Amino acid sequence: MAFNYDNYLRVDKMPTLWCWGCGDGVILKAYIRAIDSLGWNKDDICLVSGIGCSGRFSSYVDCNTVHTTHGRTIAFATGIKLANPDKHVVCVAGDGDALAIGGNHTIHGCRRNIDITFILINNFIYGLTNSQTSPTTPQGMWTVSQQAGNIDPTFNACKLAIAAGASFVGREKVSDPKKVEKLIAKGLAHKGFSFMEVLSNCHINLGRKNKMNSAMENLDWIDSITVSKTKYDNMSEEERKNLLPTGVLHEDENAAEYCEMYEQVKLVHQGKRKTITQDDFAKKI
Amino acid sequence: MATREVISSGNELAALAAADAGCKFFGGYPITPSSEVMHEMSDLMPERGGACIQMEDEIAGVAAAIGASMSGVRSMTATSGPGISLKAENLGLAQMAEVPLVVVNVMRGGPSTGLPTRVSQGDIAQAKNPSHGDYKSITLCAGNLAECYTETVRAFNLADRFMQPVFVLLDETIGHMHGKAMLPTEEEVTVGIKPRKEFTGDSSEYHPYGVAQDEPAVLNPMFKGYKYHFTGLHHDKNGFPTEEIETCRKLIERLFNKVEAHEEELESYEEFMMEDAEFLLIAYGSVSLAAKEAIRHLRAAGIKAGLFRPITMWPSPAKRIKHWTDKIQKVLIVELNIGQYRDEIQRASGRLDIEGLFKVNGRPISPYEIVEKVKGM
Repeated sequence: MAFNYDNYLRVDKMPTLWCWGCGDGVILKAYIRAIDSLGWNKDDICLVSGIGCSGRFSSYVDCNTVHTTHGRTIAFATGIKLANPDKHVVCVAGDGDALAIGGNHTIHGCRRNIDITFILINNFIYGLTNSQTSPTTPQGMWTVSQQAGNIDPTFNACKLAIAAGASFVGREKVSDPKKVEKLIAKGLAHKGFSFMEVLSNCHINLGRKNKMNSAMENLDWIDSITVSKTKYDNMSEEERKNLLPTGVLHEDENAAEYCEMYEQVKLVHQGKRKTITQDDFAKKI
Repeated sequence: MATREVISSGNELAALAAADAGCKFFGGYPITPSSEVMHEMSDLMPERGGACIQMEDEIAGVAAAIGASMSGVRSMTATSGPGISLKAENLGLAQMAEVPLVVVNVMRGGPSTGLPTRVSQGDIAQAKNPSHGDYKSITLCAGNLAECYTETVRAFNLADRFMQPVFVLLDETIGHMHGKAMLPTEEEVTVGIKPRKEFTGDSSEYHPYGVAQDEPAVLNPMFKGYKYHFTGLHHDKNGFPTEEIETCRKLIERLFNKVEAHEEELESYEEFMMEDAEFLLIAYGSVSLAAKEAIRHLRAAGIKAGLFRPITMWPSPAKRIKHWTDKIQKVLIVELNIGQYRDEIQRASGRLDIEGLFKVNGRPISPYEIVEKVKGM
C-alpha cells in the first residue's frame, strides 16, 4: 500500500508555496516518513522553523508548530525543549537562516548538545528573496548581491557543527531521498544535538543564473560535488578538494545531553545532591 | 492582607516575585545593572522545578523565554536598555503571536552602551514601542522595593490576561537598592494567580485567534492535542499565514483594541499629599522617592505640593493626569531623561506648559534640586 502522508500533513495548506521541482518537498516527505518509522505521536513533537523558503515547513506538518524570526530557530527551540524535556523538538532552517543571521545560535546549540534535531536545508542561496549570496554560495557563482561573481568564502556547515560540539552530524542530498529519510530518522532518534545538512536544489534562484537551467541540472551539480563518506575517507587530500562527504559524519552516543545535565542542576538546588564539580566531567577544558 | 518582612534588593525581589507567581522558565544574558535578576533565577528556578538558562546573546535569551511560554509555562527575561534594543524583534513576535512574557528592564544610562552602572529612566519611550509595527504595550514601573515584587507579580497576571509581553521597569537605583520591604505572603500570591485562558472543547472547534475584537488569543499549551500555528506573519484564526485583506486589518486592530478597550483593568498610580495640593509634581521610579522627600521640605516652607506617580506607565493613566492638570496650574515633571514622559503628560493634559526637571548624567536627582526648581517656578 502506498505511504499515506496525509496523516502528518495539514492537507488544507497544500499545495505548498515552494517552486515546482524544489527540493524542500523531498525533505518534507523524507521527514514525514522518518517520523512514521519511529512511530512517534505527532502531538509530542514541536517543529520550529525560521525565515526563508524553509520557514514554511512548519505550516505544512501537522504537529505543534512555530514559525520564528529570522535565524532564531534554535534559540526558541531551546526554551521549548528545556521547559518540556520529555517532548521532541525539531528545527528546520535554511543556509542563510542557520549560518548567517542565526550562526551564533547554531554553534551554541551544537555546543550545549541539547536534544534538538536540526535539519539544515542548504540550497546555496537566499532563494525566497531572489538570489542573494549565502554563507554556502560557492565563490565565483553569480548572485544578485554580487553580480560580478561571489568572492565570499564558504562555510562547511558539518565541519562547523562537529567543531562546535554537536554529537550527531550528517549530510545527504535530495537526489537520494531514501538516504535523507534514513539520516533524519537516525538524527531524530539520537539523544543530543543532531545536525543534518541536506543539500537541495534552487534551480530558480541559483541555477538559472549559474548555467543550471532545470532542477535536474542543479541536482547533477550537487551530485558532482558530493561523495559518500566511505569513499571520501579513502581519498587523498588532493582528491577530496571540492567534494563534500555524505552520510553520518560524526556520532558520539556518550556525550552528555543538556536537559539531562540540567536535571542534575535541579537536584543540587533542591538539596538532593552535592554541587557539580569538574570531577563530574571527563572533558576538563 | 497577610504580609512578610523581607530584607533584599529590587532585582532580587523581582526574581522572588517571579518564582512566587509560578514562573517556571528564565532565559537571559548578563547585563548590568539587571544581572542579579538572572543570578537569583538560576537558584530559584531549578529549586522549584523550573529552568533558568544563560543563552549566547540577548536575542537568544528572549527567544528561549518566548519559546518556553509558547509551550505553556510562565516565563520571564530580564535585561537593561541595550538588551531591549537587541530583543526588540522577538518582542514584536510575542506581540504578534500573542505570547505572554514578563520582561524586567533595569534602566541604565543610554543611548548605546551609555552609563552601564549608573541610573537613568531613558527607556520610557522605548518601552512604549520597542518593536516595529502597531500594538499597544503594557509597561509597569516600580517606585519602591516592595513594588519590585508586587509589580512583577502583577505583570505575570497581566501577561496571561492580555496575552502579550509586559514590561516591568526598574531603574538602577531601585534595582540595586537594598533594604526592608513588606511583601504579600507567598500563599496570597499563589491564590491570586490568574492563569491564561484555555480552550477545553473539541479540537476541531478550536480557533485560538478567532476571538472577539477586544479579546486576546486563547493559546492552549503545546503537546495536548490542540494544534495550531505560531507565526510573526499576519495570520488567520488558527494562526496560519494569510494576506487576506479583512483578516489582516482585524488582526492588527484587535492587537491594539484588546488593551485599549480594557485600560481600566491596567490603570495604577499613587497620589501623595494630593488632597490639598496647589503644586503638582509628577515622578515615577526612584525619582518619586526624592520627590516625596522634596514635598515634605516644600510643605514645611509653606508650599502645598503633592505627587502624582504613575505605576502603569503604558497605557498611561491619562484621565487621572488630566483630572489633576485641569485643577492645578503649576505642574512639574521630574525625570532621569529629557522629558520622555513629559510628552505623554502633555498629550494627556492637552497642556504644553508642563515644566520639566531633567537629568541625564547618570546621577540621581536630589530632593534639594527639586525643592530649588519648585521655588523658582
